[in-house]
Amino acid sequence: MSEALIRVEGLTKDYVMGSNVVAALRGVTLSIAAGEFVAVMGPSGSGKSTFMNLLGCLDHPSAGRYWLGGQEVSALSGDELAAVRNRKLGFVFQHFNLLARTSALDNVALPLLYGNVPAAERHPRAARRLTQIGLAERMDHHPAQLSGGQQQRVAIARALVNDPQLVLADEPTGALDSRTSVEIMALLQQLNREGITIVLVTHEHDVADFAGRIISFRDGQVIEDRPNAAKDAAAAL
Amino acid sequence: MNFAATLRIALLALRINKLRSALTMLGIIIGVAAVIVMIAVGNGAQARVEDQIKSLGSNIIMVLSGSMTSGGARGGSGSQPTITEDDAYALNREIDEIQAAAPSLRGSGQVVAGNANWSTVFYGTSPEYLQVRDWAVIEGRGFEQAEINGAGKVALIGQTVALNLFGEANPVDQVVRVNKVPLTIVGVLDRKGQNMMGQDQDDIILMPISTARKRVLGSSRYAAGRNVGSIMVKTKDGANMAEAEARMRELLRQRHRLQSGQDDDFYVRNLSEILQAQEASSKVMSLLLAAVASVSLLVGGIGIMNIMLVSVTERTREIGLRMAVGARARDILTQFLVEAVTLSLIGGAIGILLGVGGATAIAEFAGWRTELSGGSIVLAAGFAGAIGIFFGYYPARKASRLLPIEALRYE
Repeated sequence: MSEALIRVEGLTKDYVMGSNVVAALRGVTLSIAAGEFVAVMGPSGSGKSTFMNLLGCLDHPSAGRYWLGGQEVSALSGDELAAVRNRKLGFVFQHFNLLARTSALDNVALPLLYGNVPAAERHPRAARRLTQIGLAERMDHHPAQLSGGQQQRVAIARALVNDPQLVLADEPTGALDSRTSVEIMALLQQLNREGITIVLVTHEHDVADFAGRIISFRDGQVIEDRPNAAKDAAAAL
Repeated sequence: MNFAATLRIALLALRINKLRSALTMLGIIIGVAAVIVMIAVGNGAQARVEDQIKSLGSNIIMVLSGSMTSGGARGGSGSQPTITEDDAYALNREIDEIQAAAPSLRGSGQVVAGNANWSTVFYGTSPEYLQVRDWAVIEGRGFEQAEINGAGKVALIGQTVALNLFGEANPVDQVVRVNKVPLTIVGVLDRKGQNMMGQDQDDIILMPISTARKRVLGSSRYAAGRNVGSIMVKTKDGANMAEAEARMRELLRQRHRLQSGQDDDFYVRNLSEILQAQEASSKVMSLLLAAVASVSLLVGGIGIMNIMLVSVTERTREIGLRMAVGARARDILTQFLVEAVTLSLIGGAIGILLGVGGATAIAEFAGWRTELSGGSIVLAAGFAGAIGIFFGYYPARKASRLLPIEALRYE
């Protein structure tokens, strides 16, 4: 196994709600190697989303440590985390989160805007990614003019545009029909084969089955962590 | 993230909600337009006062004959002729601050020309008088030195006198009889209009001082000697009026051989000061108008804050996404601030156009004098921008302080 891309030790997150303290994550320790395709599973309230947010540098842990690509990120400030998100991470959301009335091309180029990429490079790089995921014809379309599957592809292109070390996908098929879901999974598998590390959160076994490793959460703890004989999504189509 | 990109995002966001952006701007538009119109109206009023100062002649100081005390009773000003023609010439000669000093002898009487007659005032004076009062001769010529020295039988007449004696006919070279003394009109004075007391300044006849003394005034007590009723002095542009006044007083005391304990036997009056007081009060007036107008600017600013707060709430998910892909808090702050400032600046620009149009329309239809100033336009534009920053800051900061995770999940 190659060097760990993600390493977390005793990762803990408590939410304070009034006088109650809710422990969302109770000391998770694990590591994920570069090039893995991991599915994180669990019922709602299991802590999988909290875990995902911490991996995505969107939230600070209450305790524990987190190394991403050898850099400890659990101690970074807000602006430093923003820079980590910009350069090392790509996000795919359940509801796509594309900017309305903004072309697919501009949506994909958005992370480059915040990464100080020169204006002349942004559109060519975004166009390359859109072509890669098969939407070369739809670059000028607004999200409202695209189908759900196409919107999610645009979101994936956006996640990839800054050449991240890790793509985090939070229920990426949650808003899609089953056939389109398989298409999206096939795309993620293909990207994984090209060397991109993917961590996927889902509560559907069918979707998790396309990953090479399945980590299950319950009550803020890992209850199962097993390799999976990944089903080939392209073949399932 | 660079500024051009931020500006583009802001413009896009404003374009998406065209109607709302327009309504938000309305407050600023009205505010800026009101400020510009009010300042234009205030400046117009001020300019009118300034014109009055000009019609009097600027930087004017009057020297009047003093009072005589006899048997404990003090006479009023001019009760004793104490100043002389030579005082005027000395002032002219010896005080650097003085541009011109004109002695004048005043009289009144019936003026007859042909079968028309008119009662008016006349002044015997020197050629400097026209210079002091910034008064032009629009037809004919002024006095010549020989006429001053030799009591020449010539006169300059004001527009009102000309109209009453000659109607539309040209009065130059005509003869008028002032107190039965025939004088040839050599020139007609330009129109001055009313002075600030409402007196018609064009109802006047000027003649050489020697003519007035020797031929017209006759038995008056001014006829003897070289006494005059008043001396009108104009100081040089930029000269210190107080300084000039002090030096004039000193010179006159010396010439009148007054002891250090004695009162002045003349009066020095600075006429411009009265008008300057009027000018100051009209300045206060226009400041007040502008202050009232700027209240509407303030209300416009609050409108911007209101809409920006709504916009931040509406776009919470967008903010969350931007943060997820790497926007720092300060990028979000800048984005919303630029949006607010853009709104207020565009509103300001439209307001300037409307304000300029409004001021022009007021001048045109209401007949008020308005005066647009570049300063007020720059001020209004600057104020609009400042309002955008001030009222945009709070919503922008609120946006920038959102937690990315909560913003992303916001429904």
